[in-house]
Amino acid sequence: MRLTCPHCGARDRREFTYHGPASLLDRPAPDAGEAAWNAYLHLRDNPEGESRELWYHEPCRAWAVITRDTRTHAVHGSAAP
Amino acid sequence: MRLDGHGLIDRTSPLSFTFDGRRIDAFSGDTVASALLANGVRLVGRSFKYHRPRGIFTCGSEEPSALVTVGRGQGQEPNARATMVEAAEGLEVRSQNAWPSLRVDVMAAADLLHPFFGAGFYYKTFMWPRAFWERLYEPAIRRAAGLGRLSGVPAEDDADKAYSFCELLVIGAGPAGLMAALTAGRAGADVILADEHPRMGGRLLMEAEEVDGLSAADWAEEAVEELASLPNVRLMPRTTVTGAYDGGVYGALQRGASDTFWRITCARAILASGAIERSIAFPGNDRPGVMLAGAVRGYLHRYGVAAGREVAVFGATDDAHRTARDLTRAGVEAVMLDAREDAPAGDGFEVLTRARVTGTTGRHGIATLTVTHAGGARSLHADCLAVSGGWNPALHFTCHHNGRPRWDEALATFVPTPDAVRGLAAAGAARGDFSTHGALAGGAAAGRDALAALGRSAPEAPLPRAEDRPVRQQAFWMVEATGRKWLDLQNDVTDKDIRLSAQEAFRSVEHMKRYTTQGMAADQGKTSNVAALALLADATGRGIPATGTTTFRPPYVPVPIAAMGAGARGRGFAPERRTAADTDHRRRGAPMIEAGLWVRPSYYPAPGETTWRQSCDREVRTVRERVGVCDVSTLGKIEVQGPDAGAFLDIVYANRMSTLAEGRVRYGLMLREDGHVMDDGTCARLPGGRWIVTTTTAAAGPVMRHMDYARQCLARDLDVSLVSVTDHWTQIAVAGPLARRLLDSLGDLPLLPFMGCAETTLGGAPARLFRISFSGEEGYEIAVPARFGASLWRLAVAQAESLGGAPYGLEALNVLRLEKGFLTHAEMDGRTTAYDLGLGGMVADKDAIGVAASRRPGLVDPDRPRLVGLVPIDPAGVMTAGAHLYDRSAAATRPNGQGHVTSAGHSPTLGHALGLALLRGGPERHGEVIRLVDAMRHVETEVRVGPTCAYDPDGGRMRG
Repeated sequence: MRLTCPHCGARDRREFTYHGPASLLDRPAPDAGEAAWNAYLHLRDNPEGESRELWYHEPCRAWAVITRDTRTHAVHGSAAP
Repeated sequence: MRLDGHGLIDRTSPLSFTFDGRRIDAFSGDTVASALLANGVRLVGRSFKYHRPRGIFTCGSEEPSALVTVGRGQGQEPNARATMVEAAEGLEVRSQNAWPSLRVDVMAAADLLHPFFGAGFYYKTFMWPRAFWERLYEPAIRRAAGLGRLSGVPAEDDADKAYSFCELLVIGAGPAGLMAALTAGRAGADVILADEHPRMGGRLLMEAEEVDGLSAADWAEEAVEELASLPNVRLMPRTTVTGAYDGGVYGALQRGASDTFWRITCARAILASGAIERSIAFPGNDRPGVMLAGAVRGYLHRYGVAAGREVAVFGATDDAHRTARDLTRAGVEAVMLDAREDAPAGDGFEVLTRARVTGTTGRHGIATLTVTHAGGARSLHADCLAVSGGWNPALHFTCHHNGRPRWDEALATFVPTPDAVRGLAAAGAARGDFSTHGALAGGAAAGRDALAALGRSAPEAPLPRAEDRPVRQQAFWMVEATGRKWLDLQNDVTDKDIRLSAQEAFRSVEHMKRYTTQGMAADQGKTSNVAALALLADATGRGIPATGTTTFRPPYVPVPIAAMGAGARGRGFAPERRTAADTDHRRRGAPMIEAGLWVRPSYYPAPGETTWRQSCDREVRTVRERVGVCDVSTLGKIEVQGPDAGAFLDIVYANRMSTLAEGRVRYGLMLREDGHVMDDGTCARLPGGRWIVTTTTAAAGPVMRHMDYARQCLARDLDVSLVSVTDHWTQIAVAGPLARRLLDSLGDLPLLPFMGCAETTLGGAPARLFRISFSGEEGYEIAVPARFGASLWRLAVAQAESLGGAPYGLEALNVLRLEKGFLTHAEMDGRTTAYDLGLGGMVADKDAIGVAASRRPGLVDPDRPRLVGLVPIDPAGVMTAGAHLYDRSAAATRPNGQGHVTSAGHSPTLGHALGLALLRGGPERHGEVIRLVDAMRHVETEVRVGPTCAYDPDGGRMRG
């Protein structure tokens, strides 16, 4: 499997570490309340089809938002967060 | 029997190898199988379950039957397919699964019991008593069944792994593959052509045909020569592509003096893997000498070997006639047994129509067979029975992404579904185009399609002229006659097993496979699966399309673990990181222990010391009374720079860091976003704008990733840069009442207050000095660039010894911190919060990672397991890390558990054991006496709960 690093281009999947969905970028304010923090920390979608994910490219230390299709594993895009 | 004038072997270079000790003469270009057949050896092994005699069945990687052990000792390879092992001088080949010998195998008695050994017999038979399964049944069955054995010694570590990239990967170098590679290669595309065999050409080397007026083999040779001359084409013979993975990645096993496992990444791929012939189920069809008809032709044309002297050919296709024709022309007696009514006349050989083979005889190989035909019944002498039930496209890769093949009624076979794997197109026989012309045309078309997809133009080129007869193929799976009819030759599955499976409600093809083990052997049923599911379709009355196939999964052929994991043993698996002073630690006799990938000195034995405890106790006392030096280079070091460094550190640390003054150091705590402690360490702000974050040894990598995440994902607007400098600096701790005197003996180092830091020089080298203490004594850490590290260490040790001090290792380091109640990852175990560890007050009221979540009610519940210190009531009492805690009067059962000991050790300073523990409601229970029980190590001790710090609680010694 190949993933795309925004700096290095298409690289072997084993150079990357998965972190979580790209929705983690939308971090609640400290006083957003229990429900918002609970959703942010614990509730995850399990999309069939397009999925936006956070990956870390260990060799160059770049974080990337990778858009991927969970049915075909096709990578449709990769951008810096 | 070797035939003159046939074959593509090199008769000018003879060689010999041994099979079960017998000398076998061969030529360069032979396989073990072709040489055995040339020497008249038909019996080569025993089957898995019934120990039936087994011979050579195919001439390719689909071989289910002729499995042998090659080599001995380190280089021993069990279950090698004789059809794929190249004959080599001096090779030692042995048969498998037979005792005392291949011809006299006592386990063959199992065959007499076959009525009891049908599918599912394990599940039905070996049920009671339950304890017998592991102790008796399984070991006994494993001894009786099975194929080759491992040598029992570590294998040679000579396999390799490799990576390659291309625009177009062509899998298989038969007519379709060669034509595809020529089309793409001539247009300038970057092509890799991989083929299983040492010589490329596929079926072109195994048929008596002409291509463009040349013999098929000569045409193939010219094509390969042209490809070899193109700089943009790479040829990979002896390479079996094993799997199609995501994103155009293909695994491939290249055989040679040693195996290489390749990962080939390509933009497009063409599957030109040809077709695999299928057998027919009839009584006695597993005897040595029964072979696939195309293989018999292959041995004739490729290796110049007649598989028998009297050959009967049994089939229902025109293709099978070619075997009878070619053998007859080569002077071998052949008769065609055609199952069809309307069989064509023989081209120089006898043809029996509406023929059915109803049985065979022969102890170690076929001798006679009985056949019914349109003219009646007959018994024939034959030492080889060539069988063809038609051909199945080798479409396995098109199923590797969960694609399902389509049943083609006209061809009576499964054909690949287009685009089942993105970027992979089947061509030639792999797509169901069985004629040579069809394969060449299909290869050229696939090559042009690939070029178009790659954005390259494809010049028109004339197609080589080749045989283009229409291919007739019809379903003919089984002869209706009594007797055992084999399907899976490797796992001993018969037609009866398939029917039994349907009868016992394992009617889905996937259930049938698992119940009968059909297709579950190392050959994955390549020659038998389609016939087996046809029988299942018949037994369930559903038809083949509704029955479907089982799932083909990678790898296409067995891949040795040694090849897949090449280079990943020992240091290759876990590389060793050594500090700059590593040699000095070893020279002092320090046992080295692993800390993550690092190796660190455990303790430094002094003369007369015989146990680690003696050394450790001495080193602790030395630090407490004089001075000790310790190599702490393995701690993670991250430099943070930029105008917003302070603001950034406020986000990653739970406590406030931005208020830290230049020249000062502060203890810091990092939380995960879920509120639990991630790591601790110090943060130093050097004069001039650099901030140095230290992490624990184990967390250096994860903390770097975490800080990168915080900077790139959460704090995108801050102007700050990070870099890991762990390897760049050697850092040495100097601790003890004489620490300052040691520093002064090293050079002119600045005076520092407790928790102060400075940039300085030492012996002309840049240096950093921190006044911090993990021991509870006055302590410093000096860092110099790693290239000066060993010198600094030697100097520091020498100066320490002149002051009555000594180096200390990881054991003493741990005891010193335990006496002080300082934390390690035994306490920060991923489940503890700052509150649990007594550091709740450090969590500042600000927007830092983990702060919001750390205030959830469940994480600040006073009843949580929280950190305390433990001291034994009896000074001689033993404490162990991992022991559980109970109320004094409660039974030591799980529901009564009150917590566990995280760290424990003997304190030479205090003269008794000490422990740190996570105890429910811990800090509120100081003074309470509880029970410590370690059921694993049979330790039970009464202990008193107290504060975590057992030594110098007000810190006067380290503040100085």
